[in-house]
Amino acid sequence: MNSQQPTPSEPEREREPEEGGSPVGRRLLLGMLGLGALGVAAAPTLQRGLESFLGGAADKDPTGLTGLLPNGGGFRYYSVTSSVPHKNADDYRLTIDGLVDHPTTYTLSDLRALPQTRLVRDVQCVTGWRVPHTPFEGVRLSRLLDAAGVRSSAGAVRFKCFDGTYTESLTLSQARRADVLVALRMQDKDLSHSHGGPVRLYVAPMYFYKSAKWLSGITVTSDVRPGYWEDRGYDVDAWVGRSNGRDDEAT
Amino acid sequence: MRPHETTAEPSKTGERVSSSRVRRFTRAERWVHRVTALLMGLCVLTAACLYVPQLAELVGRRALVVTLHEWSGLLLPLPVLLGLGSRAFRADLGRLNRFGPHDRVWLRSALRRDARPASRPAGKFNAGQKTYAAWIAGATLVMLGTGLVMWFTHLTPLVWRTSATFVHDWLALTIGIVLAGHIGMALSDPESRRGLRTGAVSREWAEREHPLWRP
Repeated sequence: MNSQQPTPSEPEREREPEEGGSPVGRRLLLGMLGLGALGVAAAPTLQRGLESFLGGAADKDPTGLTGLLPNGGGFRYYSVTSSVPHKNADDYRLTIDGLVDHPTTYTLSDLRALPQTRLVRDVQCVTGWRVPHTPFEGVRLSRLLDAAGVRSSAGAVRFKCFDGTYTESLTLSQARRADVLVALRMQDKDLSHSHGGPVRLYVAPMYFYKSAKWLSGITVTSDVRPGYWEDRGYDVDAWVGRSNGRDDEAT
Repeated sequence: MRPHETTAEPSKTGERVSSSRVRRFTRAERWVHRVTALLMGLCVLTAACLYVPQLAELVGRRALVVTLHEWSGLLLPLPVLLGLGSRAFRADLGRLNRFGPHDRVWLRSALRRDARPASRPAGKFNAGQKTYAAWIAGATLVMLGTGLVMWFTHLTPLVWRTSATFVHDWLALTIGIVLAGHIGMALSDPESRRGLRTGAVSREWAEREHPLWRP
């Protein structure tokens, strides 16, 4: 039955040349593992070099293909739903309600008429990608909260998005920070739909999942309720470098 | 080996028409390849939907796509591990691991783009196939390691995660290119595909492509 059993009619088989030889395959495999570890160790240096090289190349690249390369300075599109409606200056509304004295609805031009703040920080995703020195511009969230008149029983703020699914939240003191914006512009351009336009949240000191896209509602509540990714395991207090695992240097 | 699978080989009672076919892979080996290919395909497709902005916008549903990507990646080494239960698979792993002097000849010819059969000596697997097998196995494990670091965000400090993302992204791009080469080679050689589909190849093909193989 076994094909290796010699049959009388067959001539003596030659030995296969593969039975000896050096274990190059194993060395190659272990070499790849070593290279991977080395890559992780050298990544901070390599990444800085590539970011500046690809950033320079992207300026001269009419095809936009460099944006698809890792560290080509590109953002990554994240949406938790299958499709997101488009909103513009005509039909965009931002409502502020909950534990406030004056529930308010803003149009896009209302928001544009308010004083704008511009921040330039690194965008840092919790999984590891980042986009260095990204300007965001918009209205301080604290200004909108003050205008609505937050009641003394309030302790937190909850955000709703017009994708219909995504939610986020901050404590009231986090929401009042000067580096938390209701952002209208990014990279000195109006926010495009794929970046969460026309209006998104921008929480500069936290991982980017806190910066909810397609912002449509701000509700002042008594307690923090975990948001979409936080129900799926991420930290609610998402300080860059001080959460989701550790206390590294903040960006 | 099961009786109904042996028709591709010379039967005990004598030569038949089917004697022109040579057995190359057992059923277990073919299933290892099939399931690995399926999981790898799922990994690559979901990766594209997570990474390429146009596809990400088209597909959305990030939580679902992430879950699919994580689990197809985690399960990717499993078919090979289960395959270790098969004697034929273990024997072929041994063949893939060992490089003889003829493999050096093959690699040198490949680098010189010398495609004459005489300058491409090969056993059951040629040096290119051996190199590919070892490289993709190593690369898969690196992807698994860096992927786990990105998956479990409480495991490591942020700087590790950023570094793991860096390696994961660039290696993914490299794997995409190498994998395209692997599939391209298979597309250009119907008989080698038949070998993985049916388990047997023509004797003529075996003697031409793998002259040192003694099936």
